[in-house]
Amino acid sequence: MSRTVWAPSAAQAPPRNPFARSANLYIFLVLLALVAFFSLISPNHAFFDRGNFINIAWDTAETLLLAIGETFVIITAGIDLSVGTVLMFSGVIASWVIAQTGGPPALVSNGHFPNAVTAIPLGIASGIAIGILAGLINGTLVTRLRMPAFIVTLGVFSIANGLGDLVSSGGAAGQSAIPPIPDSFANTLGNGNLIFGLPTLVVVAAFIALVTHIVLTRTLFGRRTFAVGSNLEGSRLAGVPVGSHVVWVYTLAGCMAGLAGVLDLARFHSTDIAGHSLDNLDAIAAVVIGGTSLFGGTGSILGTVIGAFIPTVLRYGFTIQGISSFWQDVVVGAIIIVAVLFDQIRRRGVT
Amino acid sequence: MTAVSAGPALLEARGIAKTFGRVTALSDATFSAYAGEVSAIVGDNGAGKSTFIKILSGALMPDGGELLLDGAAVHFTSPQDARDHGIETVYQDLALAPALDVAANLFLGRELRLPGPLGRLGFLDDRAMRERARREIDDLHVGLSSVQQPVFTLSGGQRQAIAVARATAWGKRIVIMDEPTAALGVRESAMVLKLIERIKNAGLAVIMISHSMPEVFEVADRITILRLGRTVRRMRRDETSMTDVVAFMTGASVEHVADIER
Repeated sequence: MSRTVWAPSAAQAPPRNPFARSANLYIFLVLLALVAFFSLISPNHAFFDRGNFINIAWDTAETLLLAIGETFVIITAGIDLSVGTVLMFSGVIASWVIAQTGGPPALVSNGHFPNAVTAIPLGIASGIAIGILAGLINGTLVTRLRMPAFIVTLGVFSIANGLGDLVSSGGAAGQSAIPPIPDSFANTLGNGNLIFGLPTLVVVAAFIALVTHIVLTRTLFGRRTFAVGSNLEGSRLAGVPVGSHVVWVYTLAGCMAGLAGVLDLARFHSTDIAGHSLDNLDAIAAVVIGGTSLFGGTGSILGTVIGAFIPTVLRYGFTIQGISSFWQDVVVGAIIIVAVLFDQIRRRGVT
Repeated sequence: MTAVSAGPALLEARGIAKTFGRVTALSDATFSAYAGEVSAIVGDNGAGKSTFIKILSGALMPDGGELLLDGAAVHFTSPQDARDHGIETVYQDLALAPALDVAANLFLGRELRLPGPLGRLGFLDDRAMRERARREIDDLHVGLSSVQQPVFTLSGGQRQAIAVARATAWGKRIVIMDEPTAALGVRESAMVLKLIERIKNAGLAVIMISHSMPEVFEVADRITILRLGRTVRRMRRDETSMTDVVAFMTGASVEHVADIER
C-alpha cells in the first residue's frame, strides 16, 4: 500500500511566487532600457548625469511616498483616491500651524519666526496627524460601515481638497493667505542635503521604502495585508483580525500622504493646491506599473519603487530631447494599460 | 469492522433551533459526535445542514437548544471561540488565501513570530512555520514537494488537503468538514476520504456534511438525518442502508419520525 496519498506532478511545483518575482524583473528591465535609451540619444549624453539622476530621484520621492501607502491598500484589494488632496491638506495645515505658533503675526507675516524651534516640529506633527486622521476615517468607513473604498476615498479626496482651499484662503475670517514657511524649515527638510549629497526628501523616501519593504515581506503586518487581499472572508474565518488590519492599512496610506505633504511644503515653501489634486493617480499608476494587482493579494514595494521612477524618467528624457511633456502622459498611459494587461494574463493562471 | 465507541459524546447538540426572520432553518436538531469516529450529517437541500454546521463551528449562535462539549454546556460566540475549545472547521470554500504559500496558509491567523525583540516587532518566524507545515503535511501523507508553493498553483484536491491539514494541525478534538469532496473529482475525493480516516484514527471526532451517499457509507460511523430543520433519524452506519437513509431524507419514510432515538 502506498504511503503517499498523492504526489504532485513536476509541473505543479513551481518556484516560490514566480509571477511576482518575474513581474519585478520585467519592469526593472523596462526602466533600465529607458535609462539606457535616453542616455544614448541625449545630446552629449546629458541624461546620463549625476545631477540629472538626483533630480529624477527628487521628483520621484513624493509620488513614491504616496505610492508606498497605496501599495499596501491595493494589496488588500482596496483603493485610496484621497492621498493627493490629503497630501495637500496636510501641507496646508502644517504651514498654518507653523504660522500660528511661529511668533507674533506681525513678525510672521514678514518671514520672521521667533518660535521656529517649537513651531516647526508642531507643524510637522500636525501635518502628519492630519494624514493619519484622514486614513483612519477612510479605513473606518470602509470596514465598519462596509462602504466601497472607491466612494469613501473619493469623498475624502473632495473634503480634503475643499478644506485645504478654505484654510489656505483664510476662510470665513477673511485672513490673508498663510505666509511662507521659515527658511530654516525649507533649508533643512526641503533643500537641505543629508548624506552623499542626496536631498533629504530622497533619503527619507528611500529609508521608508526599505522599512516598508521589510514590513511587507517579513512581518505579521505584511502577511495579514496579503492574506486579507487574497481572501477577505477566509482570513476572517481563519482568525485574522480583518477589520482592524484594513483600518491600519488605510491609516498607513494616510500617514504617508501626511508625511509627503510636510516634505512637499518644506521643498516648495508653500503648498501648491492645484498641483497635487491628481497625485493620487500618479501613485496608483506607480503601484500598477510596479506589478501590484488591483485584485489584491500580490504586490511589492520594490515594484512600486521601479513603477514610480518610470514616469519621471520619461518626463526628464522627453524634456532633454525637447519632446512635449504631453507625450509623457500618453506613454505612461500606455504603460499602465500594458501593466494591467500583464496582470490579467498572470491571473489567468491563478484563478 | 468499525468499533463504535459506547462512551459519552464529545460534542452533543440538543434541540437546536435557529430562525432567520420568518424563515425557520432549524427547529429541533439533535446530534452527537464521538472521539475516533466520523459522524455524518445528511439531508436534502434546505434541511438545515449548513446552518447546523455553522452553529457547531461557532459561526452562528442558536436561538434555542443546547450544545454540550464533554457533557458541559458551551456557548460559542465566534469561530475563534469554538477553535479555543479545540474545534476546527474546514469550510466548503476552504477559506485559504491562494496568493499565500502553503506554510503561510497553515498558519493563517496563528502566525509564529521570531523569539526576542524582533518577534515583538512583528517579525515572522517563517523557517519554524515551514518546518512545522512540512511535518503536518507529511503526517497526512500529502505528497507536496514544497510548502513554499503558493496555494493557487495547487490542484483542488491538494487545496482541500491543505485546508484539512490546517484543521487537524490545530483541531485538538473535533474537525468539522462541510462538503469536503463537493468540488473534487473521483480520484481526489477518494484521497480526501483517506485523510478523513487518518484523522479519525488519530482519535479526533470528525463531523462531516455530505451529499454523496456512497461517501457517507464509506467513511461514516454514524449518520444523522436532517429534514426540514429537524433531526428525523440517528443511526449507526452498519444498522442501515442507503435506501433507508434516502427515504428518511426525502420524507418517504416519514411514518418513522416518531421513532427518533434519544
